[in-house]
Amino acid sequence: MSSDDSLSPGIFPAGPDALLVRFALTPCPAAMDAAQVLAARLDRDPPAGVTEIAPALVSVLLRFDRARTSRSALADTVLDQARAIAAQPPAPPAAVRRWTIPAAFGGENGPHLDDIANKLSITPKAAIARICGDDLRVLSIGFAPGQPYIGLLPEEWDLPRLTDMTPSVPAGAVVVAVRQIVMFGGASATGWRQIARSAFRTFLPDRSPPMPLRPGDAIRYVAAPESEIDMLARNSDGLGGAKLEVLA
Amino acid sequence: MTQLRIERADGLLTIQDCGRPGHLAQGLSRGGAMDRCALFEATALLGLPAPAPAIEMAAAGGSFSVTQPMRVALTGAPMLATLDDAPLRWHATHVIMPGQRLRIGGAQSGIYGYLTPAGGITSPEWLGSRATHLTIGIGSLLQSGQSVPCGPDDAADAAPRVIDPLPRFNGGTVRIAKGAQTDLFGADTLERFLGTDFIRAARGNRQGVQLDAQDRFSTEHAAGLASDVIGPGDVQMTGDGIPYVLMAECQTIGGYPRIGCVIPADLPIIAQAAPGTTLRFQMLSTTQSDDIYRSDASLIADAAARCRNLIRDPSTIPDLLSYQLIGGVTAGTELEESQCA
Repeated sequence: MSSDDSLSPGIFPAGPDALLVRFALTPCPAAMDAAQVLAARLDRDPPAGVTEIAPALVSVLLRFDRARTSRSALADTVLDQARAIAAQPPAPPAAVRRWTIPAAFGGENGPHLDDIANKLSITPKAAIARICGDDLRVLSIGFAPGQPYIGLLPEEWDLPRLTDMTPSVPAGAVVVAVRQIVMFGGASATGWRQIARSAFRTFLPDRSPPMPLRPGDAIRYVAAPESEIDMLARNSDGLGGAKLEVLA
Repeated sequence: MTQLRIERADGLLTIQDCGRPGHLAQGLSRGGAMDRCALFEATALLGLPAPAPAIEMAAAGGSFSVTQPMRVALTGAPMLATLDDAPLRWHATHVIMPGQRLRIGGAQSGIYGYLTPAGGITSPEWLGSRATHLTIGIGSLLQSGQSVPCGPDDAADAAPRVIDPLPRFNGGTVRIAKGAQTDLFGADTLERFLGTDFIRAARGNRQGVQLDAQDRFSTEHAAGLASDVIGPGDVQMTGDGIPYVLMAECQTIGGYPRIGCVIPADLPIIAQAAPGTTLRFQMLSTTQSDDIYRSDASLIADAAARCRNLIRDPSTIPDLLSYQLIGGVTAGTELEESQCA
């Protein structure tokens, strides 16, 4: 995060029983960090009357019970918090949970891996090491139930979306663009680049819970051979061999 | 077990209730009935303590039978209904007896009609709701020959009721509230938007409804905008500057700029606007829209005040003596706690 990123958090209406705290209009890293921090703080210690907290990339939506608080009272409380975060950006909050998710990288499971490695002037092996070497975080969940936007990758991974859509990537596809990873819940068309495939299903209606990932979760990918992913895909839990650790 | 059998499905039939609020952070939108007002009017008509699941019928109904006597409420878009060929009044309750055939034809105005069994629908719940959510594969369209499990109607002999529905089936002016991105549109664009007669386009479903106009409404901020939380009622401007109103099964995160959000009270007008219907927008300040807002319980109480017993000429009722002529008397407190969870 560069220090000259200036954030000007604002509170906006979002329907009769919700407000939105927004740190920036564009997905700049400082605003994304700030939104993460605010969402984590609110989750840990929700202001009175808040009934739902939903983080997006640079904003956090708060739904409230109008019988227990008012728009203006909640706005005052949250704006103070948001301004404090914007003024002195703290480090991203420690993760409460960590998922370790096996994925097969490259080849048919990651047709764009070599291309990305070329762009980054590193070997495919080094590219895999970069992805797997650190905890990433679930920034937001959307587009489909349970489907995560994961980030942020190092700056050199700020890859634009492809102009030509890939007509279909399989469920579990791990795709990258704009310093983020999306792990698809179902087969999907995409303009992002596929680097790997996991057997983790982000949404299974009959599983408990149906949508296991939460915003703020740490994600650690671990490289696995394709045969192992295929075997893990046969597990009925749809977790694809993912391990969940509770950290705090 | 009491069952409502779909002898024939003509329209797109799904089970709907108030949906599944509270899962935005996990990417699940609320879903539920397109016209929530129709659920509330059925709740009031049937004297239920809280909104019950209904069969939502898009464009047309079908043919239905029952295994036990049950009252049903017919609300939402008025459709031609008959019971064993005798015409049935819409916006009313009726008793259906085993062996009788309830036929519901096409919508005369509006799109979504609702058939609500008084004993409730007892299909399995998922995350606290029985609503079919087509886009994510929760439930599916009801098919001809399928039976829907229902709870028993303990007051099947209650007097038939009618309601004066809130007008919402022929378009008109729709109020929108300012949202987080309203100010990204220039004053000139906003003024043009509010001065335009829109036509409900052919493209529309439970996810959203497209509106047509000659004019286009874009913002220079659209390109680099970060994706944000979206929800039902949001008026999204696609890349071409064409408005698209998000509805019950919309996604939860979206990148298109939104010029405002249709207030919940007026969202049924959008839902019920058939293709070709004219719609205009009126912008409210946040204070105005906050002041107008009514809780579900208060909307149901309001609907109850618009209900009355169906008065019929006794000489035209062939089986007069089979009716319980005094009924529906309660303490009158059952609506106070009722609301969609």
